[in-house]
Amino acid sequence: MTAPLLSVQPIRGLVDEKFQVVLKNLSPGSPLTLHSLHHSEDNDHWEGFGYYFSNNQGTVTVAEDESLGGTYKGTEQMGLLWSMRPVPGSRTGLRLRKKDVLTPMVVIISAYRGHVSEGFQEQCPLASVVTERWYVAPGVQRISIMEKGVRGTLFLPPGPGPFPGVLDMWGGGGGLVEYRSALLASHGFVSFALEYLPAEEIATTELQYRYFETAFKIIQDHPLVVSDRVGLFGLSFGTSIALTMSAYFITINPRCCVCISGSHVHPVKKALSSVFDEMHKNLHKTRFDEDNCYIWRDLILPIPTDPELKVEVGMIKCPLMLVVGEDDQNWATVESAEDIARMMHSAGNDHLLTTLSYPGAGHLIEPPYTPHFRSSNFLLHNTREKVIMLWGGWTKPHADAQEDSWEQILAFLRLHLHSSLESVPFAKL
Amino acid sequence: MEKGPCPLLLVHPTRGLLDEKFSVLVQNLPPVLDVTLQALIHSDDGDFWEAFGHYVSDSSGVVNAVDEASLGGTYDGVDPMGLIWSMRPVPGSRNGLRLRKHEVLSPYIVHISAYKGHLSRGFKEQTALASVVVERWYMAPGVRRVQIAEGGLIATLFLPPGPGPFPGLLDLWGGGGGLVEYRSALLASHGYVSLALEYLNPSTADGSTTHVGREYFEAAFTLLKQHPQVCGDRLAILGLSFGASVALGMAVYSPVIQPRCLVCVSGSHVQPVKNSLDDVFAAINENVKNTRIDEKNQVIWRDLLLPIPKDPAKKVDVGQLQCPVLMVVGEDDQNWPASESAEDMREMMKKAGNSELLSVLSYPKAGHLIEPPYSPHVCASNFITGGKKLMVLWGGETVPHCRAQEDAWKKTLAFLEEHLYSNSVR
Repeated sequence: MTAPLLSVQPIRGLVDEKFQVVLKNLSPGSPLTLHSLHHSEDNDHWEGFGYYFSNNQGTVTVAEDESLGGTYKGTEQMGLLWSMRPVPGSRTGLRLRKKDVLTPMVVIISAYRGHVSEGFQEQCPLASVVTERWYVAPGVQRISIMEKGVRGTLFLPPGPGPFPGVLDMWGGGGGLVEYRSALLASHGFVSFALEYLPAEEIATTELQYRYFETAFKIIQDHPLVVSDRVGLFGLSFGTSIALTMSAYFITINPRCCVCISGSHVHPVKKALSSVFDEMHKNLHKTRFDEDNCYIWRDLILPIPTDPELKVEVGMIKCPLMLVVGEDDQNWATVESAEDIARMMHSAGNDHLLTTLSYPGAGHLIEPPYTPHFRSSNFLLHNTREKVIMLWGGWTKPHADAQEDSWEQILAFLRLHLHSSLESVPFAKL
Repeated sequence: MEKGPCPLLLVHPTRGLLDEKFSVLVQNLPPVLDVTLQALIHSDDGDFWEAFGHYVSDSSGVVNAVDEASLGGTYDGVDPMGLIWSMRPVPGSRNGLRLRKHEVLSPYIVHISAYKGHLSRGFKEQTALASVVVERWYMAPGVRRVQIAEGGLIATLFLPPGPGPFPGLLDLWGGGGGLVEYRSALLASHGYVSLALEYLNPSTADGSTTHVGREYFEAAFTLLKQHPQVCGDRLAILGLSFGASVALGMAVYSPVIQPRCLVCVSGSHVQPVKNSLDDVFAAINENVKNTRIDEKNQVIWRDLLLPIPKDPAKKVDVGQLQCPVLMVVGEDDQNWPASESAEDMREMMKKAGNSELLSVLSYPKAGHLIEPPYSPHVCASNFITGGKKLMVLWGGETVPHCRAQEDAWKKTLAFLEEHLYSNSVR
């Protein structure tokens, strides 16, 4: 007898695309485990699995059938990807992030007899296929930027252009994170992944707001970019920068702004370095959970009433999308979003605001189908101490938040950056 | 006022297998704009092939090739895959070309672009409104390609990923000879261990070809049967053109070759393939005077086997077939009398009482080269035989031929799955 026939379609997809997993030619009513395995660039193994029974035709269709247990439950078409976690025995505090975006994430999808929860490596699967998950579409170009003191990576979509542009800023973890920009370029945006906190350096005193202004202009001036169609995209500390730029910078004009898991609370009208000083002053508010994970959400609480201590969001002139996870344990983003809405309402510009708020989601709201981590290793800036940071969120609602928010973010960016309509309609959700 | 961004051209998926469909959508165009969608490939042989369709954007500035009809170009009607199957060499190309991928480890790179206006030529001189790059693969990730050079065999084995065991396929092409890998790579991507076998060397300068005999095919079949990842009693032969004749002959006359089923595309049972191929070619060549040349100097070989002989000694005794056979026939086949052969086979099998094993897919206006879907159709192309280069007429009209390819492949995969994978008792 032959092995059962396992198919995944498409076998090569972008990271944010769905796939169909179907297993055929089993005996009816057989217990099966569908399993995903990924060997990361950091040399760790990640896996996810779901328990199924084949139907009367001897088939399992992941998009239609219910997983009865494993790392995900219920009818979850993409559960094999978003529910992945490090295999037992792995190092702790891991986070799955792709560094080389020009190669795909290779995921092996297998079927095992019975309902297996461990020891997959020792068993022989019934069937196995190899899928590729790409951050870049074919034809996307990656260009290292080191210009006017600004460092980062530019991703260009294929085609003659011109294209809208996005300045893509990650958070306080620092370094150069490219994958989101690669994915945005695969959707038709020139996207600049900006490095502004080098991973190795402690000193942030050198960092000026001018750095971000220069970065924005580099995008605007690029021959393939439509200069009045450049937006801002920030996550965590990147949000603080994006809000500051939108409200105060008069030399640049972002067309729209996406802010994930961020806040408007930081000392403004001072050097950027004072932001970190302010943070250090509040470190005593750090709490710890039962696993000794760092909880930083209280550092900016209570939300100050003093206008010197937060961005004047009433001055923002472009459409703004805020994305927050209601279980964010790292930053008080829910309270910040509420305060931003209140301030914009007072100022009369809240028609520009769209807020997406997700119950059960944590801080790291990333592109869809990538695994969720409730906590992970983090290097503290001042002491260079390695701690475990609690990000929050529960896997299933967090995965749903990633999927829904990405779809809405892309629609928002397309509406404001791509659309040829003269008026800029606004969606309030 | 600044110009806005270019329209958004979205093709999904951007990386697909050769037999997968894609969708094409263009957004943010001005409303009611004439638009041409064009696809361009730079082949392994260095030629450029292109296809194009003419559309008009709707009132919201959208062209959706999945729902809307192309109004003209190299294809019309509702079919975004027309951008692939209706491809032909760009004006100014060499004659008699056929699009075939020699190197299956890399994909076809297809540039799909949108242009303003209804263009039929001069694409290179225009700037596209938007452009994307699409990869079309014969091989899924994890499929392994193994070159075989043992026991005198010249072949390439393709293995699906996973432990197996898998059903096995012996993949035979036709009289053009050589080692053609792409169909086997695709079949392995669908879960079959597939052996692409070279059994005819392309002609040497002095006109001789190296012919083999029954032992060669038996050795190939045995290699598959004994492979540790192959399920030895779940084997089939897929043959096109002369490969189909081999498949029929071996299934009947070789005690070693016992396939579970056969797929014969554009083939014939005339001139039984029993032992040496030299004998078979000699028998066929007795009718070489029946070669016709049309007004374009294209060679028509279908009459070399006509009329279908009444003498059973001159045909494979298909009444002895013991496994299901799927015959795929193009009714406008100008190279081989596939239709007449299929009819005669049915008669023979009715008389012998085994006609329930025979299924025939017969496609009006399809030609000889019924390939995996979306392969461009060529009515005639260069063919080298006896050291000479001829232009051989294959037949078929483009649209019905390409529809036939799509339908036949789907049914072929279903047939193989039914007989090789399915565990239901028959």
